[in-house]
Amino acid sequence: MRRFSWFNATSLTLGFAFLYLPMIILIIYSFNSSRLVTVWAGFSTQWYGALLQNESFLDAAWVTVQVAVASSTIATVLGTMGAYVLVRGGRFMGRTVFSGMIYAPLVMPEVITGLSLLLLFIGIGLDRGIFTIVLAHTTFSMCFVSVVVSSRLVSFDKSLEEAALDLGCTPFDAFRLVTLPIIAPAVISGWLLAFTLSLDDLVIASFTAGPSATTLPIRIFSAVRLGVSPEINALSTIMIAIVTIGVITASIITKRNSLAQQRDEQAAARTA
Amino acid sequence: MRRFILIAVPYLWLLALFLVPFLIVLKISLSDIALSIPPYTPQLDLSAGWDGIKSFLSELDFENFTFLTQDPLYWKAYVSSLQIAAISTLLTLLVGYPIAYGMAQAPDEWRPTLLLLVILPFWTSFLIRVYSWIGILSNEGFLNQFLLWTGIISTPLTILNTNTAVYIGIVYTYLPFMILPIYSALEKMDGSLLEAAEDLGCSRLSAFWLITIPLSKAGIIAGCFLVFIPALGEFVIPSLLGGSDTLMIGKVLWEEFFSNRDWPVASAVAVILLLILVIPIVLFQRNEQKQREMDQ
Repeated sequence: MRRFSWFNATSLTLGFAFLYLPMIILIIYSFNSSRLVTVWAGFSTQWYGALLQNESFLDAAWVTVQVAVASSTIATVLGTMGAYVLVRGGRFMGRTVFSGMIYAPLVMPEVITGLSLLLLFIGIGLDRGIFTIVLAHTTFSMCFVSVVVSSRLVSFDKSLEEAALDLGCTPFDAFRLVTLPIIAPAVISGWLLAFTLSLDDLVIASFTAGPSATTLPIRIFSAVRLGVSPEINALSTIMIAIVTIGVITASIITKRNSLAQQRDEQAAARTA
Repeated sequence: MRRFILIAVPYLWLLALFLVPFLIVLKISLSDIALSIPPYTPQLDLSAGWDGIKSFLSELDFENFTFLTQDPLYWKAYVSSLQIAAISTLLTLLVGYPIAYGMAQAPDEWRPTLLLLVILPFWTSFLIRVYSWIGILSNEGFLNQFLLWTGIISTPLTILNTNTAVYIGIVYTYLPFMILPIYSALEKMDGSLLEAAEDLGCSRLSAFWLITIPLSKAGIIAGCFLVFIPALGEFVIPSLLGGSDTLMIGKVLWEEFFSNRDWPVASAVAVILLLILVIPIVLFQRNEQKQREMDQ
């Protein structure tokens, strides 16, 4: 029995207002013509123009995208391998250490991850730049990918893989032809998660970036420390828009896929 | 052979980029600060063989840790981090529970949309979400403008750069982590239990207290840990919304490292932070384990 009372309606309205009002205000005021960000002086898109001319933001954005694509792709490969090892790997030496290393970075404070990687890079004399940020981001996001993928691996029927092996597939083919298509949604959401984590990360990037490479969050952070600025509002609006479109598209696709799958299953049940 | 490669690649990656760096932090926390590059001593000199290792080990000490206990700045920072994290976790629970409850009671066809609305902020940049509050909480910000306009206050409130702003920032950014586990616990709940309670003469409030709350306990515990653990080491929120007197250990570590360039002390701060985190993490793991066993 569900009772949707006025109390529920109020708490949902207030709750979602709390979650969304700050971002809505930010978006509205990115179209403010005044430099004083809290006083409305008329509609204008000048800050978007200013943003497009700001080389340091554009450079940082480019670095961020490169880092995010590279690190999330490597992290997806390594994380899927890690998940497979955890769920299907059986027993091997140091399995406990391995699962510990997969789960620990999830709860490790970013300041510690950043500090420890920086000390490593200095210790082995690696020049800091895009490469070191990619290494750092790959390391923590592969663990998130592992967790997402392994939850999918746990839930799927192992006998499908075994059937493929019995029918003469090599283990690699069985993985490629049977396992991978089934876990693909989890692998994709793992990639998306890794990508967003990388785009978002300020703390670890600040530790591992050198003077030659500045990511967008580092750039935003140093600007924001001086207070609110209309350019940052414009930049935030663009980022919020991209994420919103991405998440909504992804949810529509997932919904459509699951509906199609349901139809297929029903059709199969009828013919059988 | 294939199996070996499959295990070895992610294993070695994590070993080299997670475990080894952490051991380096541990080692540097036992070293002394020095005016050199890198700015600590002793350095391990493997070319000197056994003697090198022995003299290296003999120079390590716990001086930085004694220093941390003697300088009140550090233990105050730990205590105040724990306090800020605990208070904000409680506030997040108070804000998040009614939302999760409302979602679980909402008509079936609304729920996917409501869920999407909770998850969406999680995908948007953390930094931007924290930043959006600066314009709201500042002295001439929207909140003060609104309150002055309604006549509730006559002089602007100082909220930005205080601990209050830090609480608001943590509640805001970590709210989805609280809502989701509670919602998934409440959603599984059998509504007929409440009906039975009411038939037996329970008031709605006491039915909520005696049935709903205990049945969502696992979600509440999970949500609280998911907020408390990251809040404890938080850096962005206290440095953007907090004031100069907001002491949080993440910020102290950052400043020790980047401003004071005292690597050994920064490393010691990190080691202690991790030791403090072990307790909530182990408790959280236990809660999850128990939950999994009950589900089976």
